Amino acid sequence: MGEDAESPKINHTFLRDYVTEADVISTVEFNQTGDLLATGDKGGRVVIFQRETESKGEYEEAGETGDSGEYNVYSTFQSHEPDFDYLKSLEIEEKINKIRWLPQQNAAHFLLSTNDKTIKLWKVSERDKRPEGYNLKDEEGRIKDISTITSLQVPVLKPTDLMVEVRPRRVFSNGHTYHVNSISVNSDGETYLSADDLRINMWHLGITDRSFNIVDIKPANMEDLTEVITSAEFHPHHCHLFVYSSSKGTLRLCDMRASALCDKHTKLFEEPEDPGSRSFFSEIISSVSDVKFSHNGRYLLTRDYLTAKVWDLHMDKGPVETYQVHEYLRSKLCSLYENDCIFDKFECVWNSSDSVIMTGAYNSFFRMFDRETGRGVTLEAWRESSKPRAVLRTRRVYTGGKRRRGDVGVDSLDFSKKILHMAWHPSENIIAIAATNNLYIFQDRVNPETHVP
Amino acid sequence: MKAAAAEGGGPCRADGDDSLYPIAVLIDELRNEDVQPPLESLATVEETVVRDKAVESLRKISQEHSPVDLEVHFEPLVKRLASGDWFTSRTSACGLFSVCYPRVSSTVKAEIRQHFRTLCSDDTPMVRRAAASKLGEFAKVLELDYIKSDIISLFTALASDEQDSVRLLAVEACVSIATLLPQEDLETLVMPTLRQAAEDKSWRVRYMVADKFSELQKAVGPEITKNDLVPAFQNLLKDCEAEVRAAAANKVKEFCENLPEDNREQIIMTHILPCVKELVSDTNQHVKSALASVIMGLSTILGKDNTIEHLLPLFLAQLKDECPEVRLNIISNLDCVNEVIGIRQLSQSLLPAIVELAEDAKWRVRLAIIEYMPLLAGQLGVEFFDEKLNTLCMAWLIDHVYAIREAATCNLMKLVEKFGAEWAQNTIVPKVLGMANDPNYLHRMTTLFCINALSEACGQDITTKQMLPVVLKMSNDQVANVRFNVAKSLQKIGPVLDSNALQAEVKPVLEKLATDTDMDVKYFAQEAISATRAVFALHAAAPSPPVLDANFEKQMEQQAVCFH
Repeated sequence: MGEDAESPKINHTFLRDYVTEADVISTVEFNQTGDLLATGDKGGRVVIFQRETESKGEYEEAGETGDSGEYNVYSTFQSHEPDFDYLKSLEIEEKINKIRWLPQQNAAHFLLSTNDKTIKLWKVSERDKRPEGYNLKDEEGRIKDISTITSLQVPVLKPTDLMVEVRPRRVFSNGHTYHVNSISVNSDGETYLSADDLRINMWHLGITDRSFNIVDIKPANMEDLTEVITSAEFHPHHCHLFVYSSSKGTLRLCDMRASALCDKHTKLFEEPEDPGSRSFFSEIISSVSDVKFSHNGRYLLTRDYLTAKVWDLHMDKGPVETYQVHEYLRSKLCSLYENDCIFDKFECVWNSSDSVIMTGAYNSFFRMFDRETGRGVTLEAWRESSKPRAVLRTRRVYTGGKRRRGDVGVDSLDFSKKILHMAWHPSENIIAIAATNNLYIFQDRVNPETHVP
Repeated sequence: MKAAAAEGGGPCRADGDDSLYPIAVLIDELRNEDVQPPLESLATVEETVVRDKAVESLRKISQEHSPVDLEVHFEPLVKRLASGDWFTSRTSACGLFSVCYPRVSSTVKAEIRQHFRTLCSDDTPMVRRAAASKLGEFAKVLELDYIKSDIISLFTALASDEQDSVRLLAVEACVSIATLLPQEDLETLVMPTLRQAAEDKSWRVRYMVADKFSELQKAVGPEITKNDLVPAFQNLLKDCEAEVRAAAANKVKEFCENLPEDNREQIIMTHILPCVKELVSDTNQHVKSALASVIMGLSTILGKDNTIEHLLPLFLAQLKDECPEVRLNIISNLDCVNEVIGIRQLSQSLLPAIVELAEDAKWRVRLAIIEYMPLLAGQLGVEFFDEKLNTLCMAWLIDHVYAIREAATCNLMKLVEKFGAEWAQNTIVPKVLGMANDPNYLHRMTTLFCINALSEACGQDITTKQMLPVVLKMSNDQVANVRFNVAKSLQKIGPVLDSNALQAEVKPVLEKLATDTDMDVKYFAQEAISATRAVFALHAAAPSPPVLDANFEKQMEQQAVCFH
């Protein structure tokens, strides 16, 4: 169970860190081309970063300034405001739970952002021209004195500085009684699903006053409630398939062709429990916090508290690969239960060729696993330990055997520094890691692109 | 699927694309070929409603062009849209092919066909959906040879598309294509695809087939219907998804009606009726409800004997269904059955069902039954009504829900129109007037509302001799609401009364009410007085009017002054 050795083949360059306002980032997502990166925070704001176009030809040497595929702030807007549910006397947080980009359909960009109750569709567009030469208004927009107007002119469009406009296009509200945890856009380009604790709804992007309920696991008697939905996603190519994960560690694959209401799953993915390792916390740590389809649509990646698992869609008896993220915490479950860390929801991501998976941990650590070799690497997203553009060192948690310099003891792990949210560029080896209120972007300079076979 | 009602805003009002919608409409009005360029850019915006309107306007403009102009100005525009980078322009292009095809030269026609072919296999599902939805329309303008060579292969490809949403649109196109082809080609060119659609894995595609079944039936003709559509219809009625069964159930009557006459009865009895019998006890209430709304129509097709032996048990079973909507749908279609077997046969089982619905816990169910009551009464006849339904109608008058009491009042009026004033006098008027002594003021008011509704139908005699005394007595009621409704009633029934009564009895009471302590009573009394004054004038103009009391007018004027 030892930590894997540093891999000299991987040369990571730490580009820059971004400090947003004192708000904690709650979601990170690249768009389909990877040129845009969106983050949502607890204050209901969305910040969009845009990748600067590379200068022609070769990559810049480390240390030189100048644009070389860096991400700069493109736009910031307030997506959701705090709200109040008068019927239940409950506050509705404005924290952005998920952001999903729509496939690009014209020069503008569209994204869906959701808080606990309401999903919004935003249009991000650029404006570099504006009309000038109005007859009745002057340049600042003030109404002109009519007596000063002696001739008639036709307004013309003049180039201006680039302005990024963000406008809400649709508001999908009142669809959910419980807290929305996931949204996922369908490959058919016109529908998407939203999942809360007990129900999954399907929406049409153009229709805001109606949604269809496709999964409902609410029991007739709420006292019989034993599991909730934790995450849901559409298949990347098949418009009729989606998967949802539960707090009991099961995955359900549903085919919307079979019936209108998909309460009965088409396939149930469950790993049989090992009776030897059963404990009071078994069920809690088996809860799946995130599920993601691989890019090729063949595999599923899930994250539960201690492991990340890869499942083959064709086999429902158990995962095909299991990766220990921080097994050393198994003996600490009691104290983690006390401080509620056992309920942390970590995300997991695939790389573009589905050969590497990545997920977060504590102490600002995050883990990458190479599926071919099975080896894992621990990296750290913490400003103090790295300088911009320096190669990222691998880290190790000391769990026994020979202690090396730089190893961190299990008891010295900082559990307040959790890496929950992350994203991997759709085609290149660029990753975005959210660490509380900081966003870290790492890029692999040696192998910037992974060629998809 | 359960539709969860959700409020939400529509597209948020902001400048930009929403404000382009009125421009798209304006341009439509101008109808100038120079107007095409702006329409072309409007046809590429991401807001669907704007694109659709721009396409509509462009279609209209195309009619105005001469064939030469079509080739010079319009077709290039369509080409540009069809080769656009963004899928939005390509979807708009799909709507423009059929309007420019008929009048252009054959080289241009070939180009258009090529473009359409390309769009049918576009990468994005949105474009394929647009192409599939316009496939039928495009086929209609093509020459028959090209339909067979081009359209059929496109149709087959779209009907096997991996996206459910594309396949189900191909089903719609199937109807148009089948209508255009000669009968002998249908079996080879269209039927394989249709059979595949009827057994598609996706319930949404099967639903479309069920929904379009009558059109398909007409398009493919009697032979193919017998061989293919009947088994397909059976399968749809037995489908595993309730939505599909409901859609098919809705089409049962139409399908049966359009079967070829020679063996219609045999087909229905052997193939359709067994499935229908299963559906009567379906687990899903929407399926049963859909069936109930059409099943009665089968009786006219099958004739008296078959109806009594086979259909009657089904009707009765649905009459006892636990879902009120099912029972209602049966009752509302009784006229078909009446034609065939006569209502007497049904009346014994009908009555308990009606009574149950009339006392249903949901007031909207009770309301629906009241609305059918005049129809039922007419069909059942006056004796049956008096014996069995009269108490029901009276009970509704004192229902808890106001909407029911109101509907019941209206119902009484319609019954009186059907059965006549004498019937009213003997059966309902005594009961209505009896309510005037009810301890509940709402019931006393109901009496007044009934009198309002019935006075005209009952006529002057009954109104003056029986109703008026009751109304006048209620002017002393201790509840103000009753008293001001007395004033309103007197105003309403005034025109029916004779002038003697007006003068001698109504006037003093109104005058008394005009001095009531309650403001509303005074107001309505005053209103009534002004209205009756008009009636007096009317009588004065008539041949033998009573002499106007000169003092009366002066008194009214004085009191009018007090109140203004």
